[in-house]
Amino acid sequence: MSTELVGLAVVMFLVTYPSRALGLLAPGIERLPRRVLDYLQLVGPAVLTAIAAVSVMVVADPLGPRHFAIGLEWLAVAACIAIVAWRRNLLLGLLAAVLITVVGRALGLPSIVP
Amino acid sequence: MTERSTGTSSRSIAPADARRRLVTESLGIAASAAGFGFVYGLSARQSGFSPVEAMAMSTIAFAGAAQFAAIGFVTSGLAWPVIALLTGLLNARHLLYSAALAPWLRGTPRPRKALMAHLLTDEAFALTINHFRRLGATDERGYWIAGIVATFIPWNLATLAGVTLGGGIADPTRLGIDVIFPAAMAGLAVGLISGRRELVAAGTGAAVGVVVALAVSPSVGIVSGGLLGPFAGLLVPDASARETAPLGTSDSAKRYALPELHRSHPEPDDTVDGRPAS
Repeated sequence: MSTELVGLAVVMFLVTYPSRALGLLAPGIERLPRRVLDYLQLVGPAVLTAIAAVSVMVVADPLGPRHFAIGLEWLAVAACIAIVAWRRNLLLGLLAAVLITVVGRALGLPSIVP
Repeated sequence: MTERSTGTSSRSIAPADARRRLVTESLGIAASAAGFGFVYGLSARQSGFSPVEAMAMSTIAFAGAAQFAAIGFVTSGLAWPVIALLTGLLNARHLLYSAALAPWLRGTPRPRKALMAHLLTDEAFALTINHFRRLGATDERGYWIAGIVATFIPWNLATLAGVTLGGGIADPTRLGIDVIFPAAMAGLAVGLISGRRELVAAGTGAAVGVVVALAVSPSVGIVSGGLLGPFAGLLVPDASARETAPLGTSDSAKRYALPELHRSHPEPDDTVDGRPAS
């Protein structure tokens, strides 16, 4: 059984723990300039949407360059976004995304997966 | 464990009532963490993670969104330093949470706070800060309920279940498991959006991410989107931000529960041994 990624888990801990602990263990961190706090507040949405968009819009072709892709996965992710915005329930959104993908692929709709 | 008054809340309720409400809310969060953790375990297994590796992520890193992201990053063959940078970016928001809780936990011994920090997730923060504010006092036991009972245990048990059962699935794409990752990332982003600034930051992050990913590489695209998106968000003027909690206002302070940033300084000095000062 592989354990190689245990090291990655430790690395992820090492970069995550400081942001969790700094405020609790270093008094005064909350007095950072307001623009810095505002920036931090916006980092989460920007990173997460960048990851999501790149995942469903950029496909790396093994025999060629990366290309922009359109597929039913867009619909699945859009449905998840709509449900989370409406019901504030991520699990429900994920279930809808999976359902759309399964049905769409069974019907032969265009997919980013070859 | 004691409860300490902070003098910041005007809606203190009885400790037993507050604790009961915390437990009720924790049940909902636990169910959500269990479901999401199971999906994470399933996705990790389908992406080639061994049970030990998936469990190491859940216990050592213990960062839901970053763990999901790591699955995609590892599958894409990203180098560990890049994954570390992205993980740091993704979890930078925790700095806000720890800053917000600092005044409440000022009287807690540092070793305990060091342990508490590892459990500081989005869910634990939301449960805890609401509990403290309702109670009008610090309740360490409430923090442990939120951090361990509501999130850490369900997340890890569900990860174990998902990674164990995931091995029996032959073709994950037929079950749509591959779409869980981008959908989860987008859904988590929605949960963080409260106005036009976050919306612009998110939209810009996605656009920059895709363009740079096509031109350079997916990893550079994601980092670029994550770094540049917030700058675009900050350009939105106050007048048109239409935030439910505009940045830099008392509403924003309440949203992130940053008492020291915009409001009077809480002084959690009064130990009342099991009941909040009123």
